[in-house]
Amino acid sequence: MNVLEVKNLRKCFDEHLVLDDLSLTVPDHTATVLIGASGSGKSTLLRCVNLLDSIDDGSIFLDGREISDPGIDVDEVRRSLGMVFQSFNLFPHMSVLDNITLAPIRVHKIAKTQARDEAMTLLRRFDLADKADQFPDRLSGGQQQRVAIIRSIAVKPRLLLLDEITSSLDPVLVNEVLSIVRDLKTEGMAMVLATHEMGFATQVADEVCFLKNGKIIERGPASQVISAPQHVDTQDFLQRVHEAGRL
Amino acid sequence: MNNASPTRDDSGRASLWTPSPREVQRQVARKAINRKKILIATTSSVLVLGALASLIVTSPGWQVVKETFFDWSYGSEVLGAISKGLVVNVRLTIIASILIGIFAMTLALLRTSRSAALTPFRFLATAYVDIFRGIPLLLVILLIGFGVPALRIDGLTNSVLILGTAAVVLTYSAYVAEVLRSGILSIHPSQRAAARSLGLTSSQTMRHVVLPQAVKRVVPPLLNDLVALLKDTGLVSILGVTDAVRAAQIASSRTFNYTPYVIAAILFLLITIPLTRYTDRVLAKSIKRQNAQGSA
Repeated sequence: MNVLEVKNLRKCFDEHLVLDDLSLTVPDHTATVLIGASGSGKSTLLRCVNLLDSIDDGSIFLDGREISDPGIDVDEVRRSLGMVFQSFNLFPHMSVLDNITLAPIRVHKIAKTQARDEAMTLLRRFDLADKADQFPDRLSGGQQQRVAIIRSIAVKPRLLLLDEITSSLDPVLVNEVLSIVRDLKTEGMAMVLATHEMGFATQVADEVCFLKNGKIIERGPASQVISAPQHVDTQDFLQRVHEAGRL
Repeated sequence: MNNASPTRDDSGRASLWTPSPREVQRQVARKAINRKKILIATTSSVLVLGALASLIVTSPGWQVVKETFFDWSYGSEVLGAISKGLVVNVRLTIIASILIGIFAMTLALLRTSRSAALTPFRFLATAYVDIFRGIPLLLVILLIGFGVPALRIDGLTNSVLILGTAAVVLTYSAYVAEVLRSGILSIHPSQRAAARSLGLTSSQTMRHVVLPQAVKRVVPPLLNDLVALLKDTGLVSILGVTDAVRAAQIASSRTFNYTPYVIAAILFLLITIPLTRYTDRVLAKSIKRQNAQGSA
């Protein structure tokens, strides 16, 4: 069973084709990792799947249902999708606990006490229980991003979309965030993630897709795409990542 | 202030270590510089203010002005009547600000909404704001105060107090709506994206995520408008409402002494100066908070 199916997706901003006839399949309980230079279309693909950006051609299916239909209830679709952003985007006027329980209470109509209990369970699991009543600006970047991940999984999504979630973090904080993702992967959460962390990609990816100019140039298991890339563009990209000391 | 070295609390650090001779030297030098600055500030203040005061006091008409504007015995005589008038201004300000808050929020939400069903209202709200921001308040007060009673519609009030308040509310709602709208537009789109990605509808996003942040951000300009509102309630005196301005007018026309106007001005200042100081403090705090967020 496929959680996500993207077929022949095209997206352009003005005259610029950001996603070019892109197709992608994400089976349940698997992680698909998108790699590629900035501007290759990774973020746009995630935003299109979450219906934050409109698409210009092709179709997107979530659990076999087409969500790229213009008449679709976008709020209902997003209820089964979780998204984590590069810049955390926590709500600064709410405590950590309120950030996490907002959607369960308002969108999923779960009782307040139950939503709080569930949120506390998640916070305890990821060592953040003592931060429950803090406001986001009192937290480190790594803690903020962990809260953002908890916020996105508190609504028990079918698919998690992670958009370069460690790109704005201090190198020493990256691992505490990635270890949560590893945990979720072990639990069988289906996810699509865009990342520049090749080591991490190798650990969690069931499939790695290398994007360039809105196209998937090469795809396959990490052992192939990252360790033994076939395509000259992939080799070139990984070479540059290697030179930057990020591999 | 273009103080090159940041202000420091020397006493607090002294307990952590014994300052080096070089630091002791620097502290002595800093104190000398500070003493010099205070001396310059005091001298220039005394000179400028003294020159202004002597210019007024030595002017040929000063004796007459002193008697007609600063007759404190007559002033204390009319103080009661003017204070009673000021209560009308304050009460009007309180009632008007509540109504303005509701009306302005409605206008701001209409102008920022993207709902198809609300299109005509969005258009009307824009036209409303354009019109009422562009007409002097005094004209609106005159038009409503004299125009509405002339319609002679049964059941519609002829009370100049209510009509005057209505005119103030109509005009200020347009100002405040724009302040609120700028606050709403200043919230970064990523906040909206985060809320929508959690499944919140656009109105839930507005209510729980955008508005609380937007309103907090525009509190300083709103307090500014509150000060302006209190002063502008004096304009309804033109309709015959016995507020502080009107009470002063009555008192001064009785004796052709203008001290009541000065008394009224002082009474307004007694409220507006603390309010302005408070606004400045709130503004300073909010700037500090935003800067802290930027560096985090």
